[in-house]
Amino acid sequence: MLLTTSGLTRRYAGLVAVDGVDLAIAQGGIHSVIGPNGAGKTTLFNLLTGLVEPSDGIISFGGADITALPAHRRAGLGIARTFQNIRLFRGMSVLENVLTGLHPRLSASMLSTVLRLPGFRAEERAAVERAAAALELVGIAHLADAPSEDLAYGDQRRLEIARALVCQPRLLLLDEPAAGMNPAETVALAELVRRIAATGTTVLLVEHDMGFVMGLSDSVSVLNFGRLIFTGSPRAVRSEPAVVEAYLGARLAAKLRATHGE
Amino acid sequence: MLAQQLVNGVLLGATYALFALGFTLMFGVLRVINLTYGFYFSAGAFIALALTTHVGLGVALALPMGAIGAGLIAVALDSLLLPRLRHRRSAELDSLMVTLGAVLALYAAMTAWLGPDIRRFPPGLIGAEAWEWLGVRVTQAQVLILVASFVLVSLLIALMSFTRLGLAIRAVAEKPDAAGLMGINVARTSRVVSFLSGALAGAGGVLIGLNFNAIQPYMGESMMLRGFVVIIVGGMGDSRGALIAGLMLGVIEVLTAGYVASGLKEAVAFAILVAVLWTRPQGLFGRAVGQRA
Amino acid sequence: MSMPVWLDDVLWTYQTLIHDLGINGLLALSMYVVLAAGQLSLGQAAFMGLGAYSGALLTMKAGLPFWLVLPGSCVAPVVFALAIGVPTLRLSGVYLAIATIGLGEVLRSVYLNVDYVGGALGLNGIPERAETWMIFGLLGLATAGLFLVGRSRFGRAMEAMREDAMAASAMGINVARYHLMALVTSAVLAGLSGCLAAHESSFIGPNEYGFEPAVTILSFALLGGIGNPFAPVAGAWFLTLLPELMRDLPDIRLALNGVIIVLAVLFLPRGLLGWRMKRAAVGRGA
Repeated sequence: MLLTTSGLTRRYAGLVAVDGVDLAIAQGGIHSVIGPNGAGKTTLFNLLTGLVEPSDGIISFGGADITALPAHRRAGLGIARTFQNIRLFRGMSVLENVLTGLHPRLSASMLSTVLRLPGFRAEERAAVERAAAALELVGIAHLADAPSEDLAYGDQRRLEIARALVCQPRLLLLDEPAAGMNPAETVALAELVRRIAATGTTVLLVEHDMGFVMGLSDSVSVLNFGRLIFTGSPRAVRSEPAVVEAYLGARLAAKLRATHGE
Repeated sequence: MLAQQLVNGVLLGATYALFALGFTLMFGVLRVINLTYGFYFSAGAFIALALTTHVGLGVALALPMGAIGAGLIAVALDSLLLPRLRHRRSAELDSLMVTLGAVLALYAAMTAWLGPDIRRFPPGLIGAEAWEWLGVRVTQAQVLILVASFVLVSLLIALMSFTRLGLAIRAVAEKPDAAGLMGINVARTSRVVSFLSGALAGAGGVLIGLNFNAIQPYMGESMMLRGFVVIIVGGMGDSRGALIAGLMLGVIEVLTAGYVASGLKEAVAFAILVAVLWTRPQGLFGRAVGQRA
Repeated sequence: MSMPVWLDDVLWTYQTLIHDLGINGLLALSMYVVLAAGQLSLGQAAFMGLGAYSGALLTMKAGLPFWLVLPGSCVAPVVFALAIGVPTLRLSGVYLAIATIGLGEVLRSVYLNVDYVGGALGLNGIPERAETWMIFGLLGLATAGLFLVGRSRFGRAMEAMREDAMAASAMGINVARYHLMALVTSAVLAGLSGCLAAHESSFIGPNEYGFEPAVTILSFALLGGIGNPFAPVAGAWFLTLLPELMRDLPDIRLALNGVIIVLAVLFLPRGLLGWRMKRAAVGRGA
């Protein structure tokens, strides 16, 4: 297992956002987390990436306990993410944004930097090449020098993904990557996610768009009220009564069962 | 002797608490570190000075009018400076910088207009009698300060706990967007908070001016350091903390001046601030404040 | 090579002003470093004062040569920077701002009340050890250094943190570490400028490093902008030269600084010269 959590919990005053979640993500492939609004999906992501501290529970990555590890160290270990509301560094160009993503992999010392020693120059050159390659993978290499804030929404999404991918993470977390996209863009995005998974990066994504999730995922986990209520293949999830109930509520689910038969 | 120092300290602390309360109110509700606050302190004192000197009013009227005057100035200035910043990502630091610049200009303007000399209230404003009780001497001025502080703080607490306005203020403090959606006029409530905050500062200015019988334009500035210490020790945005920390600071300051050295009062206050930052940054009652980055 | 007499005269007459340009430039850079990392520290004047006093004492009471005094004057500023900076690393930026505002005032009361450092009369008769080439040499090195560092992963990290600290930490940037580095650098630059200033004006007093100078330094950086290290220096030079041109209105300077800050924050977040420097040391196809 690449990533596991054990009893992961996050409480806020009067509310349990994530409740004793035992997640198990295998290496390779595409895994999704779905659930109705407010089910705790983004909080789960924040816990996994270290932006929020758990109230309880353990997170393991690649066999090591990372529960107490601060966010910036997790990036270095190979966990990268994008954000639901696209958090680019707006003052920077497209290329500079992606270069920033390489930060954990760069190690030229301050001295070497100020004196512009050959080691520094070589590292920066290699960095630019890797950044360009990441932009190529997501399909916006032609926009490398554009100001990032001028990009169309779909391209900003791609830029954020490129920035997360550039240091070749073992695990990529995508927080609602299809949000705000039209059907054509969604198809292209799914294509991109498959290309990414093909390079060996494990993908974990949170999404609302059922078509997107079901067509893409190798396994699906369902969250409701902070609890993990089911994990399985997309087909199994679709027919699981607990899941249907979570989305539609008990009464409507019962009605559905009555009209369609079991 | 010790008892006398303690009494003096408590009285000084009461004014610190009052000062800090208004400052904490601004931060707690509007998420603004408002450095012009010190200016309202001076403004209140000068308004009261003008009223007692030129119009011949007594303290009973000059105090509330000084407070109200300072409050109105506060509303005007805050409305000019702060609304634009409300939705910025770095609103707290930006408001700190804006109010920093503004207060500098304001102090300079006030000094240019009124001169830097120390003024005094007209003699006979407060009776010079003092009471002796168990070896402790308390002047009429000090009693006035204590009573006035107590009344103002109680009024504030009553306002916040028992009125609709207080409820609106607390709602805006908690979640401004939700409050707006529930029909609360956030802009107007913010103006009210500015007024209350400025009025508390102004009242504090009058009282401290009376206590030391010294009024000069930059008096608010030296209070600000105390204000900082109190809100950090008490907890940012927490009123009870402001009260308790204010009283504590007053006592510690008087004891330091009495038993160590008068010139080191500020250093001791600052040392306390740094110690709190190291050991318990949220202060007595603050929530664990942090920016998890 | 000998200088023409008129040039020599000009340099002599305006020596103080020229030195001020250099010193204020260094102070502006000290402000730039923290603002560029997304922090607000107003301790530059306080650190300057610590550098000035400790430098003067090292020269006058310990009799050390200037090449030792200069780095020695950075010790006190760094110690105080750490004392305030370390506990506030994990706290909201407001705490650092408040603590640094208070620092200047508190140190002022200490300087006033401790006789060893001259009390209210300050320290007089400090030998003039600072030369123009030292001041501008340091300024040039600092500016160039900050520019070169800015065009590298360090510069990218700082700009990222300034924009969005959370996203930056998700990218692997240790925000707290950079904040501390920026604060210590700021303390060193300010301390050096204080030491140099003390050794060129022969007198320092307790009232020179408080609230007003702190705000003035902020106005240098806000006026010039913080997109690149040249801008705040230009802002400092503009504001240093301005009073020379406005000799009849001395009291306006403070009020003007205040107004500049207000206008800059409200309307001109990038300052007047805020063009943003490129953050990649190497272009594509290089």
